[in-house]
Amino acid sequence: MAVIPPRRTPPTVDTAAPVSVLSSSWRTQVRWLGATVIALGLVGVLGLLVGSRGIPPLDLLASLFGADDGTAGIEARAILFDLRLPRTIVGMAAGAALAVAGALMQGHTRNPLADPGLLGVGAGAALAVVLAISMLGLTTPSGYLWFAFAGAGIAAVIVTAFGLLGAGRRDSSPATLVLAGAAVTAFLSAITGIILLLDTATLDLYRFWSVGSLAGGRDLAVLLPVLPFLLVGLIIAFAHASTLDALALGDDMARAMGRRLAPARLTGLLAVTLLVGSAVAASGSIGFVGLIVPHLVRRITGPGHRWLLPQCAIIGAILVVVADVIGRVIVSPSELPVGVVLGVVGAPVFLILVMRMRGASS
Amino acid sequence: MTAVSTRPKPVPARLRSARPRALRIGRVSIRWRPRHVVVVLVASIAALAVAVIAAGTGDFTIAPGRVVEVLLGGGTRREELVIVTIRLPRVLIGLAVGIALAVSGAIVQTTARNSLASPDLLGVTAGASVGAVAVIILGGNSGQVSGMLEAIGVPVGALIGGLAASTLVLLLMRGRGTSGLQPILIGVGVSALLGGLVSWMMVSATITDAARANVWLTGSLNGRSWNELWALLAVIVITSAVLVPLSTRLGTIDLGNDVARGLGVPMVLTQGGLLLVAVILASATTAAAGPIGFVALVCPHLARLASGASRPPLVASGAIGALLVVGSDLVARTVLAPIQLPAGAITALVGAPFLLWLLIRTRREARR
Repeated sequence: MAVIPPRRTPPTVDTAAPVSVLSSSWRTQVRWLGATVIALGLVGVLGLLVGSRGIPPLDLLASLFGADDGTAGIEARAILFDLRLPRTIVGMAAGAALAVAGALMQGHTRNPLADPGLLGVGAGAALAVVLAISMLGLTTPSGYLWFAFAGAGIAAVIVTAFGLLGAGRRDSSPATLVLAGAAVTAFLSAITGIILLLDTATLDLYRFWSVGSLAGGRDLAVLLPVLPFLLVGLIIAFAHASTLDALALGDDMARAMGRRLAPARLTGLLAVTLLVGSAVAASGSIGFVGLIVPHLVRRITGPGHRWLLPQCAIIGAILVVVADVIGRVIVSPSELPVGVVLGVVGAPVFLILVMRMRGASS
Repeated sequence: MTAVSTRPKPVPARLRSARPRALRIGRVSIRWRPRHVVVVLVASIAALAVAVIAAGTGDFTIAPGRVVEVLLGGGTRREELVIVTIRLPRVLIGLAVGIALAVSGAIVQTTARNSLASPDLLGVTAGASVGAVAVIILGGNSGQVSGMLEAIGVPVGALIGGLAASTLVLLLMRGRGTSGLQPILIGVGVSALLGGLVSWMMVSATITDAARANVWLTGSLNGRSWNELWALLAVIVITSAVLVPLSTRLGTIDLGNDVARGLGVPMVLTQGGLLLVAVILASATTAAAGPIGFVALVCPHLARLASGASRPPLVASGAIGALLVVGSDLVARTVLAPIQLPAGAITALVGAPFLLWLLIRTRREARR
């Protein structure tokens, strides 16, 4: 009877029971998933049909099915396929990546204030973009792309190295990682800030990049090169869910459950870097999504990461596309960047939801 | 060898100096840690030394020894004009801003029990940014703020914005405690809303206004006079009257809400009072010098790591904050002279490597 189970055996039976108690039942979660997927589809259609150019949605639909072969039809198809479709897809990808990365960071650091930027990824990407603008004279999002991605990766490696060094050789404690991340982020942002203070022309381009926007040259050429990285990041993240559940109990408990902390942390950080790096490269630094979406989604799924991560992806995508659509119509015919809409329109909604979380604190 | 286990183990020197001692004078007793006192002394002396050097540095250079003579009343009229009228207020404001920001950060981190918390979490910085950037970008003719509006309007806008935003956050937090998830999320939400407004103004403004706003958003001590210093000092003195009696309860609060309540601490009153002090200190500094980043977040950590304490010690945080801001301002003024960078651009550049070094050096699991 006293058989000691092998150390790495996943405790399948044990986790299934607590998860179904913590979150709602399995069936409810599947229903929620169905509902959010349908919502995502509807939002996608919305992203195609609504725009700052006041073309009636029905005309667009008619031209989509080839009913109108005149110039109006060609123009409508151009708007639909060359402008709005890529934009909607980039928005979805960025939203999904940022929200999942936020959930990973909060899970790993066990800190509700952790956002994907904490790993220094956003600050590294910003510095690389500013350097590319001011030294190499690049001016288009697709030109910044690889600079942003490389900057994000280098920053993440630096933060992780300091986090590991600070925590000793055996594991990387979240507390040290959080502080190392905050320090490196601030350091990189300071350099960015100094360049921007000295170089107004760069500030002029950078301020539009930094606010996070899906408009202006963000076609699929911006997304496709980083899409493989983004997908790999998502897969690693989803495969990582049960480890995050174990880490939520604390490092000691996770270790007692047979998790090896250092590899788990490194895997998680790799996923965050891939996700945020590709999202930032494609759409600038859209703030706020990675921080709040996990908190909203936990209201639906509970704290278990098995449902949390996929729902974060879907709801993050919905949020960014909806914000983008609102930004197109709210000051039509001009546009508001999606980052601004997320703050000005999204934050009050978030606040109302938080205020209604009675008894859910701590 | 077996006899050793009955005797207490010898304590390593580093831990011994971190251990609290008691100072008893009659019926009054004060707990103190040798290592904390050393940190406070070293940081304060360094801050004063940097302040003297900063007062002597500039277009008209004066040796540090001569600066002390001038301060004691022994200088020529020209030296007095340069040091007392022009440079001294800036240096003293730097010291005051550093102390106030770092103490404010230490209070918020202890009260919220979160190592990433800072007065920003209470909406101070975001609110002040909205106020000041609105004045810079929306005020004035043809988008150019100048003269009186810039000299008075921007700090007043920052003060009003910071206080209004933090009042909103504190009102929304009312009755929900200060250390759970919900109050933190309220702070995050309000800051995100105000941050969105600032980005909106930044992208819709002309580039000259955006550049000016960017300088303010970095936090600068440039061109500060005695008026700002007196206002700031008044705020610090008044809040100290509330802070000093409450500060003894910080250690109890750190044990957790339930334990603290069990030990007889009136939690709502104490936490509310402490957060109010933090908000007022941070708002006043932001009005005086703009949102100088990184000080409130990191000085408490530096103080905690350096003095080996379990929570951020207030006095050491303040001393390190003063050193960081004055040192950063000196570097910012001189490194690219004649271009004067804002001090806020340098704080992270100076402070971050030091924090990383401390993290690696301590090499043990930090508590938070």
